[in-house]
Amino acid sequence: MSKPIITLKHVYKNYGDTNVLHDINMTLEAGKFYTLLGPSGSGKTTILRTIGGFVTPSSGDVLFDGQRINDLPANKRQVNTIFQDYALFPHMDVYDNVAFGLTIRKTPKEVIEKKVLRALKLVQLSGYEDRSISELSGGQQQRVAIARALVNEPQVLLLDEALSALDMKLRKEMQVELRDLQQRLGITFLFVTHDQEEALAMSDEIFVMDDGKILQSGTPVDIYDEPVNHFVANFIGESNIVPGKMLSDYRVEFVNKVFECADAGMKPDENVEVVLRPEDLDIVAPDAGKLVVTIDTQLFRGDYYEVIAYDDDHNEWLIHSTNPTKDDQRVGLFFEPEDIHVMRYGESEQAFDARLETYED
Amino acid sequence: MKRKQVLFEMPYFFWLAFFVIAPILLIAYQSFFNIRGQFTLGNYATYFTSATYLRMTLNSVWYAFLITLFTLLISYPTAYFLHYTKHKQLWLLLIILPTWINLLLKAYAFIGIFSQDGSVNQFLTFIGIGPQQILFTDASFLFVATYIQIPFMILPIFNAIEDLQPSYINASRDLGANNWQTFTRIIFPMTMSGVKAGVQAVFIPSLSLFMLTRLIGGNRVITLGTAIEEHFLVTMNWGMGSTIGVVLIIAMFIIMSLTGEHKKKGRKHND
Repeated sequence: MSKPIITLKHVYKNYGDTNVLHDINMTLEAGKFYTLLGPSGSGKTTILRTIGGFVTPSSGDVLFDGQRINDLPANKRQVNTIFQDYALFPHMDVYDNVAFGLTIRKTPKEVIEKKVLRALKLVQLSGYEDRSISELSGGQQQRVAIARALVNEPQVLLLDEALSALDMKLRKEMQVELRDLQQRLGITFLFVTHDQEEALAMSDEIFVMDDGKILQSGTPVDIYDEPVNHFVANFIGESNIVPGKMLSDYRVEFVNKVFECADAGMKPDENVEVVLRPEDLDIVAPDAGKLVVTIDTQLFRGDYYEVIAYDDDHNEWLIHSTNPTKDDQRVGLFFEPEDIHVMRYGESEQAFDARLETYED
Repeated sequence: MKRKQVLFEMPYFFWLAFFVIAPILLIAYQSFFNIRGQFTLGNYATYFTSATYLRMTLNSVWYAFLITLFTLLISYPTAYFLHYTKHKQLWLLLIILPTWINLLLKAYAFIGIFSQDGSVNQFLTFIGIGPQQILFTDASFLFVATYIQIPFMILPIFNAIEDLQPSYINASRDLGANNWQTFTRIIFPMTMSGVKAGVQAVFIPSLSLFMLTRLIGGNRVITLGTAIEEHFLVTMNWGMGSTIGVVLIIAMFIIMSLTGEHKKKGRKHND
């Protein structure tokens, strides 16, 4: 484990009676790509602004490199932010925008020029120095914003919904570029997004947030495979969530059938929720399936078919299939015991992690 | 659709034709006639060769400049702090309120305040300085003119500051600028449009102020406005009055083009 660069300890933020952040604890290690993922209003941007120095927490501590920085003004912090609207200064050209931070620090002219040109090269905008901001496309403005932040050599870069203004294709390109840039520079990125695909694709670690709380943190794979609750399961990827009952360790009952599963550590006959990912469901012949369903509709999504089917108890099942099916056809659904993920009601992340350790090696 | 549009535009065109274009043409036409009604270029010759007129022009420009400067110095900070106050709409209303009162009434009010036994002199007597000559001085003229122009400067600046996205200020702070650097490098340049609009709204009318020069300035301050009034109402030399009018109109166009939007020239950084 490398050294923590930013730590939030029991951070709360209230505006009057509204609780925007509720007991936020997080540790960011140097050189990693972190993502705060959550719906709008979940408090993710507030966390970013707390670290950037634009919001003072109501209680709790913000540490930078072990030093408490709660009261340090934004202009004295070694972090830089890329704002959602980029906030490029329209009265300056590209060069002056990128050079802004350096001129404030009274850096010698030759050094500024060298660094600015290098930063622009890094974001593939060499030759754009004299352009005015209004002449740039959205993607180019995005790059200027990145260069303007990186030229100050921050230890942490905060990105507030940085890609949300771009169109789909450009966005995917920038995801790759940002990830690549972060790995080359080796600085810590904290990225805020409501787009789960973006979070899964880019992050070393994701913090899933809702309603001012961090619900779960972990690697993209961990969070996708082992969501801690209904909200996380629903928010990250698509899922089939059905109520069930944990009969005993490794045996779960749902849709009135008993299945073998890979989860344990719960009370006998505890009511639980069961998650099955659509891509883990295979369409087979009715007698070979663990469940029998009737196909309702299917949508062609390009690289797969999104199939909606109903079982005899009228539960809806979402299936991602590589092959087309026929409407109203009866088919079997097959899945492995590991594909079943059982979630307890109201289990916290800590309790979840502790339970997992009791039966996983 | 198209015909309806034309119909709606008619009143505007008539207004423009009768009250803007026609008067300008009339003034321009009139300026080529001398006092005996003969066609002449003499008015212009007189204007540009007479030391009196040139001094008057300089005087007008100088006073208009001072009025604009004082107005700006007071209005920018006012607009800036107004932006951060709680009940800004109420404060703004209070600032606009004096503009609803007739200029002449305000001028008479100031005569009362500044006169020999006015409230200012009463106060000066009270604190032991004794009554001073305040009315009919350059200072009182500048004071009252500035007072009258302030709302016209505050409004456009206030709007420009309100339009400024807070994320620009955050970005500037984020990049290491302190409050003063943020103000000089981001806030002030980005609200220049408001300053320019305010300067236009104040400088041009200030060039031709004439009532205040009489009532408050006591004719010690002679501007082009005073000269026009004098020519039209006293000497009846309409030709000369129109000539000065034409000069003022041209000056206005010059000011407008100076304070208008300019395309920024590109600049080379790397050679």
